[in-house]
Amino acid sequence: MPNNKTIYDKGKIVFGLIVFGILVTFPFWYNLGKAAPAPEPILTEKAQAAKVCIRSTDYMRAEHMQLLDVWRDAVQREGKRIYVNGEGKSYLMSLQNTCLDCHSNKAEFCDRCHNYTSVNPFCWTCHIENPKEIK
Amino acid sequence: MERSRRRFLKLAGLGTLGLGAKPVLGIVSGGAAPQPQIVQGENALKAKQWAMVIDTRRFRTEEDFQPIIDACHKIHNVPRLENKRHEIKWIWTEPFENAFPNKENRFLNTRVKDLPFLVLCNHCEDPPCCRACPTKATFKRESDGIVLMDFHRCIGCRFCMAACPFGARSFNFRNPRPFIRDYNAEFPTRMKGVVEKCNFCAERLAVGKMPACVEASDGAIAFGDLEDPESEVRKLLRENFTIRRKQQLGTEPCIYYIV
Repeated sequence: MPNNKTIYDKGKIVFGLIVFGILVTFPFWYNLGKAAPAPEPILTEKAQAAKVCIRSTDYMRAEHMQLLDVWRDAVQREGKRIYVNGEGKSYLMSLQNTCLDCHSNKAEFCDRCHNYTSVNPFCWTCHIENPKEIK
Repeated sequence: MERSRRRFLKLAGLGTLGLGAKPVLGIVSGGAAPQPQIVQGENALKAKQWAMVIDTRRFRTEEDFQPIIDACHKIHNVPRLENKRHEIKWIWTEPFENAFPNKENRFLNTRVKDLPFLVLCNHCEDPPCCRACPTKATFKRESDGIVLMDFHRCIGCRFCMAACPFGARSFNFRNPRPFIRDYNAEFPTRMKGVVEKCNFCAERLAVGKMPACVEASDGAIAFGDLEDPESEVRKLLRENFTIRRKQQLGTEPCIYYIV
């Protein structure tokens, strides 16, 4: 009867586990302290002058895509085109004529975070000021 | 033991009641900020079923239609592709025998025979395109009967084009952007791989304007609510004999022609 508390090839297994652990965690400690800084989107002068967006900055940063999704359905399917925010201010629900009117600097505003988070929304294939700029 | 379990359950029960307290307290204290609302514009034109009456007696030649077609295509960023197979059209002209097949007599009068007829999406009361669409990208809007498209949702299957008996839909075989002559920054363009068609100027009706073609027609095209007996279109329909395209198919087109 072999002693079943014995690990056969203990040295090899422990060595293997250590190597495995190092390899798996390699990306974490290799990149430690080298995290790309969070991007700082640049506001246009128009956006700066307005001071506030239609909702709070935090909300817009986190939820603008859901907001646009709701807007699209409301505008297209229900014909409701006016958004009245919590402060009672109303806005035309239009990506092209409202959002991109203030945020007209795609490269410095939209793209910075989208590139950082590696998302590729294709809003601009249809909604942008000058289609001639597109290849 | 017995007693302590009983007590524990009681306390746990009271505890769960507490979970429900926060929303109640929130309502009582009235601390909730006003929620954002989505509403219709004040100037928006409303109808149960928009319809159009085209007085063809007011037109003579192809040139008479050009300003109307240009007005629509400019406002909606409709590209101009020379290749007929790639052509995108929202509003265009057809000779009588193509616009009104099986209304064609063997001997037509000369005026009708040579007259181009302005054709566009008929915004049918029972649109076959909407039934064909697998993604509900095209739909009949409940509020005003316009047959609309959500280009975001269109997958480019072109079932709607096969289903439409009027050829009112065009497919973007190419990226339309390089072919837009005068860009209107207020209206989006489309992309390669989606179907498009006339939208009865839903974006203009929403701000209280008449459709672009109606405005450009100098009174030859009337626009109004088909369900309202007092509307301009109903008045014209009462006073004039009108025809519709392929009425026998039962789609109930909403574009009427005074011949």
